[in-house]
Amino acid sequence: MTADKVQYQPSDEVDFVIIGSGAAGGILAKELSTNGFRVVVLEQGPYLTEADFSHDEIKVLQEDLLTNHPKLQPNTFRKTPDEKAKPQRALVYGRAVGGTSNHFTANFWRFHEIDFIERTKVGAIPGSTLVDWPITYADLEPYYTKVEWEVGVSGLAGASPFDPPRSKPYPMPPLPTKSNGVLFERAARKLGLNPFPAPMAILSQPRDGRAACMNCGFCLAFGCEVKAKSSSLAAMIPVAEKTGRCEIRPNSYVHKIELDSRGRAIGAVYFDAKKNVHLQKAKAVIVSANGAETPRLLLLSASKQFPNGLANSSGIVGKNLMLNSGGISLGVFDEQLNDYKGFAVSRILHDFYELDAQKVGFYGGGGLDARFDMTPINFAAGGGLPPDAPRWGKKFKDTIAHNFTRTVEIFSHGTSLPKEENSFSLDPDLKDAWGLPALRMTYKDHPDDIKLAKWLNQHGLDILDAAGAKQKWTYPIEEQQFAVHLLGTCRMGSDPKTSVIDADHRTHDVKNLFLCDGSSFVTSGRGQPTMTIEALAFRAADRITALAKGGELNA
Amino acid sequence: MVSAATHAHAVVASPNPAKFEFFAPEEAAEVEAIASRIIPSDETPGAKEAGVIYFIDRALVTFAADSQKTYREGLPEIQAILAEKFPGVKKFSAATAEQQDAILEALSNSKPKITASRRNRPNASSQPFFETVRYHTIAGFLIDPESDRRGNKDGVGWKVIGRDPGHIFQPPFGALDKDYPGWQPVSAEKK
Repeated sequence: MTADKVQYQPSDEVDFVIIGSGAAGGILAKELSTNGFRVVVLEQGPYLTEADFSHDEIKVLQEDLLTNHPKLQPNTFRKTPDEKAKPQRALVYGRAVGGTSNHFTANFWRFHEIDFIERTKVGAIPGSTLVDWPITYADLEPYYTKVEWEVGVSGLAGASPFDPPRSKPYPMPPLPTKSNGVLFERAARKLGLNPFPAPMAILSQPRDGRAACMNCGFCLAFGCEVKAKSSSLAAMIPVAEKTGRCEIRPNSYVHKIELDSRGRAIGAVYFDAKKNVHLQKAKAVIVSANGAETPRLLLLSASKQFPNGLANSSGIVGKNLMLNSGGISLGVFDEQLNDYKGFAVSRILHDFYELDAQKVGFYGGGGLDARFDMTPINFAAGGGLPPDAPRWGKKFKDTIAHNFTRTVEIFSHGTSLPKEENSFSLDPDLKDAWGLPALRMTYKDHPDDIKLAKWLNQHGLDILDAAGAKQKWTYPIEEQQFAVHLLGTCRMGSDPKTSVIDADHRTHDVKNLFLCDGSSFVTSGRGQPTMTIEALAFRAADRITALAKGGELNA
Repeated sequence: MVSAATHAHAVVASPNPAKFEFFAPEEAAEVEAIASRIIPSDETPGAKEAGVIYFIDRALVTFAADSQKTYREGLPEIQAILAEKFPGVKKFSAATAEQQDAILEALSNSKPKITASRRNRPNASSQPFFETVRYHTIAGFLIDPESDRRGNKDGVGWKVIGRDPGHIFQPPFGALDKDYPGWQPVSAEKK
């Protein structure tokens, strides 16, 4: 780090302390510091840069270079609240400056109008707490555009007949078309569907001192060495630091939000790298720690004033967790496709975005993408091979030699229905390496989510058939026990009894406490949440700036 | 920036290290014999040529230290099966390929479950002996050869699966995008 970056003392009362530096935190830091505020970002993970990133699969996927480590921060899992949760890795999220945006696939789908008003449109669904958002697509549209232009998204406006309205085209053309994209496009069109170039948060052209994608092939789960992937680390943090008003403080693990006697937040209490405890003082606190750690922090911050957890008068902090449903079908082709080169996805389709429940017999909708996102070890160790493939010996070697360059995956991504019993909470027994209660996940998919995943996956298989796959198979659709998309756990709403934050991301209970990340979601969308997390963050920054300038945070 | 990446990925071929960090030489010979049946050497290189044994040896003092016990208990287990099935054969590494396969067949009956959501993060520890050696053999064969893990020597594993050793590629990538004319709306195609 260079010397000209600003450094605050924990005792300096800055305007905002932001907890988390990922998709939402990075944008809030950039926007608020640009707007003239003094900001400290507390990030629990290290400050890695492009030079630290690696194509070593063991370092990234087994040693968790970029992600939460199951030994330091173990989890427990159970399906329903009446079970005792068992230790089991239940989730993965980015734990470094830049958060999960460092290693995501970068599928950047906007939500459509329906995602905000689904409850009104489809009515009540038994077994689900589905409600409408307090904002609409029209409210968020300018911010989707802002994400595309400020963070950097490649795509082709108007290519999908199902796209919602947009105020501006993409700032740059789509990434190159992969062979699996060509095959997917031809087959889907044969079936009367409407495939189109995938919108991706990866640069197809150099921009703002960042290089265009060099197609290295280590994309999903890996960090980008040339800043082509539009992470907060590459796109937002440098701008925030350049204002001279924003300090990114890594290795700072926040475990409590401190209040004064009037019930106002006065700052965040954190462990530094040596496990010394500090209080960073601030006029207002913004939590962007992700859909698992944000509710966990509120629950850890329980006090006499808030015995059930901070900002939890509704009792729903941590509840209504949604993971997105979906599945994977795979095929092997005769041609050498070499799809290990490049980013993951070049073609998607949205024909199934809004299914007619009367016709299909379940609620939901989703999209499909064609991809190859497997790195060599995971492909050969089992992730990419047919279930009946030989597992060792000459035939195994022949199979990996033939299939690695000829395998295509079709991912289906769909809705998850919110259920109050699906949640993140504090495990009563298990502790992390800092002595804090571990995250406990409770999750059982709504039956419609399972039906949807099977339905979408079958269409993936149909496309592989139409494309002439020589062999095809699918992972079994089962109830999910492992979370990547962490959504809905501090949902937004206008009624303080049934939501945690208002439409300005301000908690109903604490006037100078804001939450913004996947936890803010009311519905799950169709499986690609980061674009909407970022649009919400740009919008929240505008709302928070207006409130601060209006003197409302000091009242 | 791209040139910096090229530099960072410059391939340096290194000789196999002479010393093991975990195994005694005789243990290493047994493990290498197992790895060589998992990915045999035939007309193309196998686990042996990729230096998988050196990868496993280092793995057991780094990321896979949890599996030390699995190896220390697994090797005698193999020895016991050998004595039962093929009395007179002293060591696994001295058995014929057919005998070795028969022993591994007996060991490889518990296939760990891979789920869609965890397919990229398989739980590589706390698996039975054969599964542990299998995962380590595959990882040692296909690890990025530029890493410091001593596997995939000279990139032979990647060559076997057809992965170009480079880390910078330009389209066209494969057979179908080579002659692809570019995206056209459906209406334009129909006209």
